[in-house]
Amino acid sequence: MKKGILAGVLGTVMAASVIFTGCGGDSSKDESAGLELLNVSYDPTREFYAKYNEMFMEHWKGEGGEDIQITQSHGGSGSQARSVIEGNEADVVTLALAHDITAIENSGLIEEGWLDEFDKESSPYTSTIVFLVRKGNEKNIKDWDDLVKDGVEVITPNPKTSGGACWNFLAAWAYEQEQNGGDEEATKKFMKKLFENVLVLDSGARGATNTFVENGQGDVLIAWENEAYLSMEEYPDEYEMVTPSVSILAQPSVAVVDDYAKDHGTEEASKAYLEYLYSEDAQRLAGEHYYRPSDETVLQEFSDQFDLDMNLVTIEDFGGWDEAYETYFDDGAIFDEIYSE
Amino acid sequence: MEQQIVKVKNKKGVRVIPGFGISMGVTLAMLGCLVLIPLASIFLSASQLKPGEFIDVVTSRQVVSGYAVSLSCAFLAAVVNAAFGIVLAWVLVRYDFPGKRLMDGLIELPFALPTAVAGISLTYLYSDQGWIGSIFAKIGVDIAYTRIGITIAMVFVGMPFVVRAVQPVLEKLDRQYEEAARMLGASKLYTFFRVILPELFPALLAGFGLAFARGIGEYGSVVFIAGNIPYKTQIAPLLIMTKLEQYKYADATAIALVLLVISFLLMFVINSIQIYMQRFSKA
Repeated sequence: MKKGILAGVLGTVMAASVIFTGCGGDSSKDESAGLELLNVSYDPTREFYAKYNEMFMEHWKGEGGEDIQITQSHGGSGSQARSVIEGNEADVVTLALAHDITAIENSGLIEEGWLDEFDKESSPYTSTIVFLVRKGNEKNIKDWDDLVKDGVEVITPNPKTSGGACWNFLAAWAYEQEQNGGDEEATKKFMKKLFENVLVLDSGARGATNTFVENGQGDVLIAWENEAYLSMEEYPDEYEMVTPSVSILAQPSVAVVDDYAKDHGTEEASKAYLEYLYSEDAQRLAGEHYYRPSDETVLQEFSDQFDLDMNLVTIEDFGGWDEAYETYFDDGAIFDEIYSE
Repeated sequence: MEQQIVKVKNKKGVRVIPGFGISMGVTLAMLGCLVLIPLASIFLSASQLKPGEFIDVVTSRQVVSGYAVSLSCAFLAAVVNAAFGIVLAWVLVRYDFPGKRLMDGLIELPFALPTAVAGISLTYLYSDQGWIGSIFAKIGVDIAYTRIGITIAMVFVGMPFVVRAVQPVLEKLDRQYEEAARMLGASKLYTFFRVILPELFPALLAGFGLAFARGIGEYGSVVFIAGNIPYKTQIAPLLIMTKLEQYKYADATAIALVLLVISFLLMFVINSIQIYMQRFSKA
């Protein structure tokens, strides 16, 4: 009797374990459907890549490539990078900042030197950080120093959870450093005042936009230029964009996830997919989706749309992402210091 | 345990589910694959930290304030849920009115609704521009982006627990007790507090505990309505997400582990009270 029960228990546990673990078998290699490409990207690129995928498929077929199917995935840049590290088998990643791709590199999935694999430090399109204010700009916000004034309510996401918000922080930092001639203590005070005016510190850029646009919170949203344009497009006559005198060149990065692409046999297609982003057609498409084309001549075509006179610093001015992250956003670094009192 | 089951079997003579062996096997497999192994992996991951590092992570000021925010708001939310849960259950059990079935179904909606959707719509309603929030804003009370907002989200997600725990007990409660109490001259209040409430108390406590635990761990709905300002409205689960975003898996699991232990202790205390109360009332 006892033995029988024990056997029953063990048998069922084993059967269930097989069912639980057995479902994870590799079913992705379906040769008949042609190539499949998974592009893991971040939130605001959804519409751009939907169009770009069609464009690329046509180009790829024209070049005599085999049938190709492209799937795109969107979410916060950091969590998307984490999903790839944890086994979301992306062939290419197109994320908000190099730091997130470096994290994938550190897990061994991407080979070293990816930053130089494509032109312009693997950033086919760029953006910058601007202000979105409510129509009429009641608080008369013109530049970064208006954000620290009493009674101005600012919305920006938390740089510790949102890659995009790191750019916001660094842009403000660069402005104040320039104003006071590089006095770091004074800049910290400036940033402290700025973040005292921050009403809601959302965990992601989309959340912050939602807080500002849907819930009507705050006077000014610090946002990516392309996101600001999208909000204005969706709600014409409700918002205005203000470009500060100093900002940062936000460089979303792209890379082939070498290990997964090799496994899937999509190395060549993945490379072509990212290379084609630099073609004139794709550059123009990026411009139409409010990203700044990295191709100078195409960029000039959009000179009405973008304020090309802004003084833009780059991440290199902060010593690259690894150094910038350690100095400003790591635990106990400057951002935590600003909030410590 | 086995003896008890065998007894039941002999008494009834019929088994609804085939065999103790298979059903126990299914139970163990479920618990193992879905609860015990994932929990063990938390311990394993947190153990990558040296004891000193572990202490540093979980006692840093931001993390401690995160625990404080999560615990205090969840406690308050569970108290609110306990009080209103009884009223809701009472209405649903004791009265007949049109739309009762529908209302009964609505209680479970917080379980079915994705928490992010709940969070976004609550924030929309309770921000100082929203329908409800704007009324409170006039008297100078901000709800969204404060701890009050966090508590409201937690009340929302915890609501079904108390109602569903109390309802069946209330249904079985013999009305003759109340009638007897009233005939013996007890006032209405006295009847409620000394006759009805003691009967409901174990179920109420169980519902309270579940709602409390749910609130402590709640992330999805709260992040939207909390301002997420460090030291003010930052909940502990958000700090776990923050650590994950920074690829600090061990730190994240350390915070989670402490949260888990707190929840476990709370449930342990609540269950102990319950068992004690049951013995007490039987004696």
